[in-house]
Amino acid sequence: MVENRPFGNILAHLVLIVGVLVIVFPVYMAFVASTWDPATIANGKLGLLPGPYLVENYSRILFEGTGRTTRAHVDTMLFNSFVSAMIIATGKIAISLISSYAIVYFRFPFRMVAFWLIFLTLMFPVEVRIYPTYKIVADLGLLDTYTGLSVPLIASATATLLFRQFFMTVPDELLEAAKIDAAGPLRFFKDVLLPLSRTNIAALFVILFIYGWNQYLWPLLITTRDDMQTVVIGIKKIVAVQDALTEWQLAMATAILAMLPPVLVVVVMQKLFVKGLVETEK
Amino acid sequence: MEKRATFSNKFLPYLLVAPQLAITLVFFYWPASQAVKESFFIQDAFGTTSNFVGLENYRTLFADPYYFHSMGVTAVFAIAVTFASLSIALLLAVQADRGIRGKMAYQTLLVWPYAVAPAVAGVIWIFLFQPSLGYFAHLVRALGVDWNPLLDGNQAMTLVVIAAVWKQISYNFLFFLAGLQAIPKSLIEAAAIDGARPTRRFWTIVFPLLSPTTFFLVVVNIVYVFFDTLGLIDAVTGGGPAKATETLVYKVFQDGKLGGDLGGSNAQSVILMIIVIVLTSIQFRYVERKVTY
Repeated sequence: MVENRPFGNILAHLVLIVGVLVIVFPVYMAFVASTWDPATIANGKLGLLPGPYLVENYSRILFEGTGRTTRAHVDTMLFNSFVSAMIIATGKIAISLISSYAIVYFRFPFRMVAFWLIFLTLMFPVEVRIYPTYKIVADLGLLDTYTGLSVPLIASATATLLFRQFFMTVPDELLEAAKIDAAGPLRFFKDVLLPLSRTNIAALFVILFIYGWNQYLWPLLITTRDDMQTVVIGIKKIVAVQDALTEWQLAMATAILAMLPPVLVVVVMQKLFVKGLVETEK
Repeated sequence: MEKRATFSNKFLPYLLVAPQLAITLVFFYWPASQAVKESFFIQDAFGTTSNFVGLENYRTLFADPYYFHSMGVTAVFAIAVTFASLSIALLLAVQADRGIRGKMAYQTLLVWPYAVAPAVAGVIWIFLFQPSLGYFAHLVRALGVDWNPLLDGNQAMTLVVIAAVWKQISYNFLFFLAGLQAIPKSLIEAAAIDGARPTRRFWTIVFPLLSPTTFFLVVVNIVYVFFDTLGLIDAVTGGGPAKATETLVYKVFQDGKLGGDLGGSNAQSVILMIIVIVLTSIQFRYVERKVTY
């Protein structure tokens, strides 16, 4: 601080506390709603404190399904979300690592063509090519499969750019030394580059896991069976039935479960998360 | 930038780029080219034949008042979300950057909404603003507003803007905080010695020096509103009431749904591609230069 302003500091705390309340309150209320019975919520009697129905509501959505709206259990949806998020995150990292390795450490014809082809995928988010992509996945027979849920999202220009940028900062001497020691390209990759990239990989993983978990449009298009739904699209179907019939306590319990894994990842790995976020966006 | 030392191998590099290229060709370039191609065709009602119609789909699109309506909706949505989430995030970041205690705790408590899926955030906000039982709906009613976002287009728009802003503050906060920390303290001190008060220092030194971050965030936020809010809109309003919250991307999704108007949907996709290309180019130009003031 340049000058000591006790009053200014108090004001800063005040502003931040209000900010935190605004951010936290909606989710807190969702949690409160997930611990009450339908009657209390329907009558608008919901207070600020959790109620006694926590175990009942959560075990109902997890193991009995959400009743008249969908037959799928939320535990199946959580499993589907987890599997596809893991495949998307690891897949993106794996193929981006090797393709940027090729682009940085090899000289071959069409090297720059390959680079630009990968780079330009930034210009084609799923949202601008919705139906043609759906058609390909359908033609390949990948509807309602984990492959269909994840593989089309695995190409990654940002991850490739990030690794390329990182590899450029690795000193040339390391490669020269490795060559003198007669290490081949695969050996160099495995024993030198991979260990050096550990932090970058971890930071990227945090971001990509969240990205995969939170996919909406793609799973909505390519899953037709209830048991292949991810939790993010499953939750909408709980609310989408006639509004008056929505069982809000179950919808809110599902919302809490749907956000818990990615939020935990951010909170627990905050340093990596911030690093990943700032670096992938550069 | 090139490496001085490289490997020479005839097959390995191709093998290494093959998986990435295969996926981009099959799931990016081929569908994108199909979208472009099909935007010049019209399919019959059964999807069995399609006829080349030239620019007919585009002509229909630009004669469609709903398309311009949807552009307007997207513009209003983008401006509202970008302005509100950037201002709130900047206010919070400036306070957190004052060197007060508990900065990390505040950061943790402010950043986690980044991890909440837009659709999930949307569902929570519908619940809070649900006309008959929502907590905030009661408050708004108590203020004398006839609150019903299911019937009132402006209120529906307000609701999606609130949900989108709530989710986006965390992202903007982190980038503003990083930007603020990069400003040399000596500049601020020099201004303080010259007698500049905090408010004046903020507007004449800090804010101009933050302009690259701000500019970058404006672009990112516009992209966010265009593309990432589809789930939010689908969960909260379904584009309604009476298309009051139908953004451009949501319209592509709706029009092509269940094999509806595929030609029209693809023509819209092509226009969106042009928009993304422009936005991404702006974003990367910024990265090249870094400094814009």
